[in-house]
Amino acid sequence: MSEQITQAAPPAPAGVDAPPGVIKRMLGGSAGRNLGLVIALAVLIAVGAITAGDRFASLDNVITIIRFASIIGVISIGMTFVITAGGIDLSVGSVMGLSTVVASLAAVQLASTQTSWLLMVVIALAVGTLAGFVNGIVIAYGKVVAFMATLAMLVGARGLAELISNRSTQIVNNQDFLGFFRSDLLGLPILIWIFLVVAIAGWIVLNRTTFGRRTVAVGGNPEASRLAGIKVKRHMVYIYMIAGLTSGVAAVMMLGRTTAGTATHGTLYELDAIAAVVVGGTLLIGGRGTIVGTVLGVLIFSTLTNVFTQNNLSTSVQNVAKGVIIVAAVLLQQRFASRGSRGK
Amino acid sequence: MITVDHSAALLEVRGLRKSFAGVKALQGVDLTVRAGEVHCVLGQNGAGKSTLIKTLSGAYQPDSGAIFWQGEPVTIGGPVAALQLGIATMYQELDVVDGLTIAENVFLGHEQATGGLLHVASANARTQEILARLGHSEISPRTEVGQLSAANKQIVSMARALSRDTKLIIMDEPSAVLDSHEVENLFRVVEELTMQGIAVVYISHRLAEIRRIGDRITVIKDGKTMATGLSVADTPTPDLIRLMTGHEVANVFPTAGPVPADAPVVLSCDALGVRGIFRNVSLEVRAGEIVGFAGLVGSGRSEILEAIYGARRSTSGTVTVNGTVLRPGSVDAAVRAGIGLSPEERKSQGLILDEPIFKNVTLSSFARFARGGFLREGTEREAAREQIEALELRPADPDLATRSLSGGNQQKILLARWLVHGTAVLLLDEPTRGVDVGARAEIYALIRRLAAAGTAIIVVSSEIDEVLGLADRVLVISDGDVLTTTNSSEIDEPGVLDLVMRGSAA
Ligand SMILES: Nc1ncnc2c1ncn2[C@@H]1O[C@H](COP(=O)(O)OP(=O)(O)OP(=O)(O)O)[C@@H](O)[C@H]1O
Ligand SMILES: [Mg+2]
Repeated sequence: MSEQITQAAPPAPAGVDAPPGVIKRMLGGSAGRNLGLVIALAVLIAVGAITAGDRFASLDNVITIIRFASIIGVISIGMTFVITAGGIDLSVGSVMGLSTVVASLAAVQLASTQTSWLLMVVIALAVGTLAGFVNGIVIAYGKVVAFMATLAMLVGARGLAELISNRSTQIVNNQDFLGFFRSDLLGLPILIWIFLVVAIAGWIVLNRTTFGRRTVAVGGNPEASRLAGIKVKRHMVYIYMIAGLTSGVAAVMMLGRTTAGTATHGTLYELDAIAAVVVGGTLLIGGRGTIVGTVLGVLIFSTLTNVFTQNNLSTSVQNVAKGVIIVAAVLLQQRFASRGSRGK
Repeated sequence: MITVDHSAALLEVRGLRKSFAGVKALQGVDLTVRAGEVHCVLGQNGAGKSTLIKTLSGAYQPDSGAIFWQGEPVTIGGPVAALQLGIATMYQELDVVDGLTIAENVFLGHEQATGGLLHVASANARTQEILARLGHSEISPRTEVGQLSAANKQIVSMARALSRDTKLIIMDEPSAVLDSHEVENLFRVVEELTMQGIAVVYISHRLAEIRRIGDRITVIKDGKTMATGLSVADTPTPDLIRLMTGHEVANVFPTAGPVPADAPVVLSCDALGVRGIFRNVSLEVRAGEIVGFAGLVGSGRSEILEAIYGARRSTSGTVTVNGTVLRPGSVDAAVRAGIGLSPEERKSQGLILDEPIFKNVTLSSFARFARGGFLREGTEREAAREQIEALELRPADPDLATRSLSGGNQQKILLARWLVHGTAVLLLDEPTRGVDVGARAEIYALIRRLAAAGTAIIVVSSEIDEVLGLADRVLVISDGDVLTTTNSSEIDEPGVLDLVMRGSAA
């Protein structure tokens, strides 16, 4: 093998041997995705401030926006876990409704006995978690597709709530409970504090614990996770229980805010939650999830609603705008994501 | 310098470059392919072979460089453009659609139709013709592709190439998923194609195959052409290895003394079976022993490993590790008892491609590094870094996305996983699939070292010489039956094949 070997690498033109592109890489990473969301939020705020002036840009209104976001926000944190793990939960809204009904009925029963309102809270959380447990068992061990299993729970839980409540609204009049939810802590309403605590807990669990690692792994490749020794089925049950638990927390918040338990609470919340999670940057096919993104997603939608309400635009216009935002956000993310992985 | 015969050059590539965010995958590749030849592209894992063919098939756009097709400069804008020129590609990962029939797969993307109505009968007839041309007239074009073996899926891939006016077929490691018989079949087909004047670019890490069917060789190292147009007949193997790796590689299996007679039995299976797949497998593996399973693809080799590991529920018999009987169908029980499995399909069964390397390495052990349920990624990363450096993973950056690694380097991650975890029993299903010569020798040595340290190991491979070279004892398996158990020194490759043929005839 002598003269047949051509020594390679001609001094070819330097070409587009682009520099490492640190900025592009950053934009492709989670920081970049969140940056996009922050920009979107800033644009919305600017629009609000320009069109509605001081009515929008006041501290009170900012608190209103976040307060408005907090119930759906708590549900969205649970939804983030489900979607990251490669699942979907359509039943969160109606499970929340069911929880308000059961808990408020219990509260009415218990009112005469002066039992602590904490019991009502525990009942709401338990109902939510139990519904999630049923979802998880049916999906993981019954091998029913998550979409169908939780669709069945959506219909079933709503029906059950109507049956139990006889389609009437139960008023909660435990003054301690209502007083607690009317109170402020360091100038912020309790609802916001609950959202904050749930979001921080969710962030820690997803990013810093073995539970979170399993969640991402199972969503990224369930078979590889199983063969690496992760108990995938059991983990999926836990995941749906988390979604149920956050629905229960949301139910308590709803009871505190409206003082009433009714079967219609939480209607269509599942769609708002899924939209917030996906706009936030969690992959719908699983394997990547971001709590910060979800929080930003929730805030974007509630700011949008606020801007529209301040300008007296109808909910129909709002819904059209929401739809546009969802598509635009997903398109933007795909651009960032593909830059990151294909390295163009 | 070489004088290129331009009249016969079908494809010529000059100074091709391609970078991915920071990684220079190709930095000056030259290649000339003549009509009717089998042109082999050799190179280590990560050398850039797959990237090269992806630029030729239109999947990637090169950053710079020139491509000439039949003497004319061309840009290959996309997969369709490549097909229209007459370049067809069989990717490293099979790309057929399981739910469609063979004929539907073959004409996928260029269906014959009038006003939206498919000409099913004529597509079937043409597919039948092509299959006959490939020497497989026994396969019906109406068969659903999902039911086919990997070998036959490849035939479908080739038939798809021939359904167009193809002048060049690129095959990226086609033999990696085949057993020795099927490889023979593949070679026959390749010979027929070249006789019809079609050129084949053939990528493989098995030098013996290249000796069998190759005409000329191009060697790539670190994204650069080291040598091109070498004649297969005149280039000795050590020269090729030196060009590829830059140093000498002893391409031999590590030798080992006999396993001491008093070494304790670590793993034992007693009459293990999975209904309808394999039956009555009894074996014992002692500490420090390597047992190999030899047999054809589909003989039940992988399924036996899965049953031992609990990934498949056994319907009869027991698995015992260090005296503990394992619960059937429980991976968790197996892992806790100290068994590790490196699965056959690294992409679908082994790796989470979008996660960083280190998280894939610690997928079985991250909980052990954690304190009170809280991850300690720093410690994990360091443990992973140690192993990927020991295995010479390229690039050895624990934070890179696993997807961006070449096939052979991805394979090493699976080994690293169990090295970090530490196991008493290691089950290796195709541990060197897609691994280059240099790394292969390293992996063999590593497996031997693990055994010497007292691990009980079972190896499954489609390459019979690998099983025989590596294992102390061999089980020959055919159609779910263990035909014989023997010391690997007492049987050779033809002997194994002979047994298998007689076994499946019986
Ligand atoms: N999409 C990508 N993004 C970033 N880096 C990539 C990408 N694809 C390939 N690379 C890098 O380019 C180099 C060449 O990879 P390529 O897959 O072409 O190797 P290969 O020669 O086919 O190896 P193997 O024999 O293991 O299949 C490697 O360093 C790889 O990590
Ligand atoms: Mg490759």
